[in-house]
Amino acid sequence: MFTHFGEFGGRFVPEALMEALDELQEAFDTAKADPVFGRQLAELQKDYVGRPSPLTVANNFSEQCGGATILLKREDLNHTGSHKINNVIGQALLAQRMGKPRLIAETGAGQHGVATATAAALFGQQCRVYMGQEDTRRQALNVARMELLGAEVVPVAVGTMTLKDAINEALRDWVTNVEDTHYLLGTVTGPAPFPEVVRHFQSIIGQEARDQVLARIGRLPDAVVACVGGGSNAMGIFSGFLEDPDVALWGYEGGGHGVASGEHSARFSGGSPGVLHGARTYIMQDEFGQTRPSYSISAGLDYPGVGPQHAHLFETGRARYEPVTDDEAMAAFKALSRSEGILPALESAHALAGAMRLGRELGPDAVILVNVSGRGDKDVDTAASYFGLLEGEQ
Amino acid sequence: MNAIAAAFEKAAQEDRALLIGYWPAGYPDVDSSIRIVEAMIAGGVDLMEIGWPYSDPVMDGPTIAVAADEALRAGTTPSDVLRVVAAAHSAGAAAAVMSYWNPIEHYGVSAFAKALNVVGGAGVITPDLVVEEADAWREATNRFGVARIFVAAPSSTPERLRLVAEASDGFVYAASMMGVTGSRAVDREAQDLVARIRPLAHTPIAVGLGVSTRQQAAQIAGYADGVIVGSAFVRIFQRSGSLEEAEAGVQALATELAQGVREAGMAEVEEYE
Repeated sequence: MFTHFGEFGGRFVPEALMEALDELQEAFDTAKADPVFGRQLAELQKDYVGRPSPLTVANNFSEQCGGATILLKREDLNHTGSHKINNVIGQALLAQRMGKPRLIAETGAGQHGVATATAAALFGQQCRVYMGQEDTRRQALNVARMELLGAEVVPVAVGTMTLKDAINEALRDWVTNVEDTHYLLGTVTGPAPFPEVVRHFQSIIGQEARDQVLARIGRLPDAVVACVGGGSNAMGIFSGFLEDPDVALWGYEGGGHGVASGEHSARFSGGSPGVLHGARTYIMQDEFGQTRPSYSISAGLDYPGVGPQHAHLFETGRARYEPVTDDEAMAAFKALSRSEGILPALESAHALAGAMRLGRELGPDAVILVNVSGRGDKDVDTAASYFGLLEGEQ
Repeated sequence: MNAIAAAFEKAAQEDRALLIGYWPAGYPDVDSSIRIVEAMIAGGVDLMEIGWPYSDPVMDGPTIAVAADEALRAGTTPSDVLRVVAAAHSAGAAAAVMSYWNPIEHYGVSAFAKALNVVGGAGVITPDLVVEEADAWREATNRFGVARIFVAAPSSTPERLRLVAEASDGFVYAASMMGVTGSRAVDREAQDLVARIRPLAHTPIAVGLGVSTRQQAAQIAGYADGVIVGSAFVRIFQRSGSLEEAEAGVQALATELAQGVREAGMAEVEEYE
């Protein structure tokens, strides 16, 4: 039987995909136990991705966080600019082991698409990336990056034309071409075993961060904070601290224009349990179980579902989740840029806003570990326009 | 006896396959969808599959996905779906619902089985519910006498086919190919799948995905107990200038397909000799 997280997770998929999911589970279990795979992955993480990613003490930014010690886990410094590459390298290797020469992926902000196109180039795999048409507009530079890397980018012009619809289209492709194709899902959502596979490949963030924090300050942090779209960077860093009951885990969702406005991506404060894209989890849905469109200024958080393990952590109270509005995230984006010289991704800016909120609450004795999941270069257009820096908008 | 079982039995007595037609409830609006369904039944559809439009239809190709989108934009609700089921039942066909899982779960698994039974619905096809996740659903459908139809795919292992065949009642939905709904060539893969299910099944087997012509219907009728046609009907509507034209068009296609399911022997000879 496949993995559930309490009442969440499972497999809600067309029968046609069951065989491929079983095959993936088996390949994953075998690879995990295979020291050759372990060495291959470790080598790529070190020499290609650039791991371990550093831990930066953000002394200046700390002033904005009630004086709390702020430690930044710098996933923004990975090759391709975000944590997405951790999972992609792992799954691309699995695809190779399964003898599947073609990769397909969905992407929202474009980071996962870029990472997948990168791995496909490295391993000589064919690559097609589905991206909502609205997102191809918001993230035009990433579209070009994927194409430069040799991937085919397919804009999806149905439904809400965002990440949710890109996943639908990727699933349709997979149902049709499952024999030679691996669906390289980018986050801890989807049918089993994806949440488990992606968490495994992202857990290196938490392992490294735990060691780095202990080495640096000689104790565990009081809180670990991350942004939560699908939730892979959060699962990655949380997984290093799940067994440490004194470490609080905080996930920050896209609050958009505020939960009350209805325009947000806050599945926990503005959604309810349901089934979407292969798993039972918290989703945004209307009174009839139809998926409601999500919204966030950050394309990577603009998704109406969330990883099923997060739903379980939410229900058990092990992790807490709060929305951060567009405005709060943009204030944090600016604060980190100005105080530390680090332009975070808009997704990560939600975690930084959370750290500001939490630090002010916990005070100067607190130590807060923040996952900076990606860098903000891709968001410069959005930020410039938000802050009125573009010509004609001054 | 459940109306679906009865319909298959009647077809078997007439030595032919059952014609199963699909239409999305509320497309293009509820009243028009009822008129279309009535025209399909008048043309010879034995079992109507009423689609419950869903926001994320991952098993549907563009034709049906666009229709579902439009039905939702027209405000189609679960009670509208039940209204269309009731209309199909009144028009003399056996009636089933085709629905993705979340709307059913959200309605309430037992509540939906019960409500369907009340309006004369006899079964439910669930394209994204696998047997392993269906415990509550099996209990509810048993309790309210609703046939639950699971899908078998060409990629299904023998072990999984056994699971699907055992858990299905009414019929087993054999997906003719790896892929989503839409009209295409249906090849040997479908016949092989039916042959693999046959010894495991305690129900009839119907073939769907890709079927659109009388000739295909006749070929499939040579080895399966039912032939399922969906996108071809929807496409006729999408090409029609008026509702009246669409009604006439879908009725004509139903009539042709109804002839096809009665021509099993002939087509088999043409195809395989």
